[in-house]
Amino acid sequence: MQIETPAALAGPYAHARTSIQRTMGLVMLALLPATLFGFWQFGWPAIFLFFATLSTAVLAEAACLRIAGKPQRPYLLDGSALLAGWILAVSLPPWAPWWIGAVGALLAIVVAKQVFGGLGQNLFNPAMVARVALLISFPLEMTNYVQPMPLFSADAPGFLQSVGISLGQPGFDAVSGATLLSHVRTELSQGLTLSEILPDMGYLFSGAVGTIAGSMGETSALLILLGGLFLLAKRVITWHTPVAMIGSLAILATLMNLYDPEHYAGALYHIVSGATLLVAFFIATDPVTSPVSKMGQIIFGAGCGVLVYVIRTWAGYPEGVAFAILLMNACTPMIDHYIRPRVYGRDRRGTPIEYADNAEMRK
Amino acid sequence: MKLFKIRGGVHPHDNKHLAAEQAIEDLPMPALLHIPLQQHIGAPAKPAVRRGQRVAKGDLLALSQGAISAPVHAPTSGRVMGVGSYPAHHASGLSVRTVTLMPDGEDRWSDEIQGVPDPFALSPEEISARVAAAGIVGMGGATFPSAVKLNLRTRYRLHTLVINGAECEPYLTCDDRLMREQADAVVDGIRIMAHALGVERIVIGIENNKPEAQAAMAVAASVDPRIRIARLPTRYPMGSEKHLVQALTGRETPARGLTADIGVVVHNGATAFAVHEALRFGRPLVSRVVTVSGAAISRPRNLRVPLGARVQDLLDYCGGFTEEPTELISGGPMMGQPLPSTRVPMVKGSNGVLALTAAEVARHEPMPCIRCATCVQACPCGLVPLDMAAHTRAGDLEGAVSLGLMDCIGCGSCAYVCPAHIPLVQFFNYAKGEMAARGRTKQKLTETKRLAEQRAARMEAIKQAKREAMAKRKREAAAQKATPASTKVSGVELPAAEQPAAAAEA
Repeated sequence: MQIETPAALAGPYAHARTSIQRTMGLVMLALLPATLFGFWQFGWPAIFLFFATLSTAVLAEAACLRIAGKPQRPYLLDGSALLAGWILAVSLPPWAPWWIGAVGALLAIVVAKQVFGGLGQNLFNPAMVARVALLISFPLEMTNYVQPMPLFSADAPGFLQSVGISLGQPGFDAVSGATLLSHVRTELSQGLTLSEILPDMGYLFSGAVGTIAGSMGETSALLILLGGLFLLAKRVITWHTPVAMIGSLAILATLMNLYDPEHYAGALYHIVSGATLLVAFFIATDPVTSPVSKMGQIIFGAGCGVLVYVIRTWAGYPEGVAFAILLMNACTPMIDHYIRPRVYGRDRRGTPIEYADNAEMRK
Repeated sequence: MKLFKIRGGVHPHDNKHLAAEQAIEDLPMPALLHIPLQQHIGAPAKPAVRRGQRVAKGDLLALSQGAISAPVHAPTSGRVMGVGSYPAHHASGLSVRTVTLMPDGEDRWSDEIQGVPDPFALSPEEISARVAAAGIVGMGGATFPSAVKLNLRTRYRLHTLVINGAECEPYLTCDDRLMREQADAVVDGIRIMAHALGVERIVIGIENNKPEAQAAMAVAASVDPRIRIARLPTRYPMGSEKHLVQALTGRETPARGLTADIGVVVHNGATAFAVHEALRFGRPLVSRVVTVSGAAISRPRNLRVPLGARVQDLLDYCGGFTEEPTELISGGPMMGQPLPSTRVPMVKGSNGVLALTAAEVARHEPMPCIRCATCVQACPCGLVPLDMAAHTRAGDLEGAVSLGLMDCIGCGSCAYVCPAHIPLVQFFNYAKGEMAARGRTKQKLTETKRLAEQRAARMEAIKQAKREAMAKRKREAAAQKATPASTKVSGVELPAAEQPAAAAEA
């Protein structure tokens, strides 16, 4: 028997059991508990919105691939479009009309991802680009939150009513509820103090469990944390970005809280409220738009944490995670250019290592 | 002993169970041996035999040429069928000068083969001379002439001899078996090398997936209190010389330098065994242990193979293939090279022949890079493989070099873990090859330019000389006119005028 290798392909002739598909699949698996909890808390309208977003994302991806002349099968099966749609969906107000999800998915896939060249080429996180664009374009729909009404509970809308909600028809009398962040912000601007707005620590509990108003998949801090720990255990993400982000946010919040406890909430408030954990574990860790070195990831995460705090506390929006992510995404190429691991046998500047006793070593 | 952390690395399935429990067997002598004259880094050996000549086992077939080279000896007794060209044990499949030997079946050692009763009574120079004469090269695969490394003591202050028994490549078990079965001989070789190097410390590094070899070597090493066994964590590429030294000493070898820069010399366990054979019995390097393994091999084995046996001879002895392999590899799956054919001969540096199935190779169509940085975490050299590949893909090879391409050891950890299945090593090999070619072109250009400038300078000198000669002649003619009473002198000038013409021809 003869084996002829006309163009030998270099090794290794072994490969770890890994693929992009597997990575994306694991992230979706990690998102599943929080998403299912969101379905349960916010009922049929949330489920409709979710599927409208994901199906639009996949269709948009397929259309773009067709136009770009790329093969459909490998790129649709890699799961990246599905995941982008999924992350966008869980960051939307759960009762937003279906077209919010659909428009958002188009923005994410077409404008933020495929225009840049598709998988791996986008500078900004597609879901966050879509979210920010939607927030600016449709401020009403994007800030209309509802109190949780668990599926099949007495107050929850039925299936047909939910179709109506998804189509944007008025009629169902929902208990609209501000998110914790916007509630506290409004009250603070009225001149109230934190001890008056949040008299007990109950908000921490409801924020951890998720029985609060908020985006579809961000309400339950514990389930998000569970998913994040799963990703860490599976080595899909490393600890650097989430720890740096939560850490910098917590340090800033604690310092400001010590400075003036009546106007600046503490670290736990910032961690359980809004999308902090969702962003820290699922969005700031987006490989495509975050730095590749450990130190770069720490800088990126810390930058996100600081920006989130600054936007939430002093800027015009009650929640600032999407803006923070986009701003840090813009810094990623620069971080990657300047922050590199030290090369073996060289010092930080790249010159070969010299040992103090090297002269003595050489005869 | 205390070990230090190395960065990066991967944990491939080691698949050593396939061959690890197979004791070393002698490959039956093939009908023909094809012994290449280049089985080492450096200049090829020069043939010392004629067609038809009878040789005994261990007789010199080819002489070492130059400072970095190694001689080649007859792996068995027989008749030289010819000195010609034959496909090399190399991915290119190109031919190299090869001695073809027909064994006579007697396997008779030469009468001149004679060992040294006490190698420790020899001077370091005598030991390295004997190692050089025995044709011993680094048997871990690098095939650098061992005697050159033993002579490093003259230029560096050495304190430690490290024996690389990591065998971190999956599948390979030849060093494992040798250390288990010939522990005393290996330790003896190690002590001889330590004597030649004049070092006070000896560390034998063996990965933890070889507990039997660790135990056997520990027992054998108890004869010498200088020897310590380092139980290395099982992680690829622990057997990379510079990383092994870092794990043992905590020191990184300076970039572009040698481990000798930090006082350490690394030799392979199989090399130590060869040194033992050469010094104690006078036997040159004519055979080596090879692992034949992979899921496509019927009966994986560890074989002692005479150099020059064809790959096909080994495969036949191991029962052939169970299924058609996707890849036939020389060496391990991480850094091995594809074999162009089963006709090629086994050489001093070949430690494995692997027939791998498609499932084992697990090659997939590459996808775009998603910058997941798994390769950055896996790189033991602190490089950013994804950036180097991106620059290479865009044709910016200088950019890739400035990112550390030349510090890449080609271990393949990055490509092994890449979820997008990007053939990173292929990119780097291409870039390194292309840069080497550019370097040669550049050197050629500067050389051409230098010669051209020299020629221009020479021509200018000739013109100058002619002008001066002419001027002188005119002066003399004028002087002659002025003083009619004269002797003819113009003839003297002639040779000077001819000389430049000769120079111009040169």
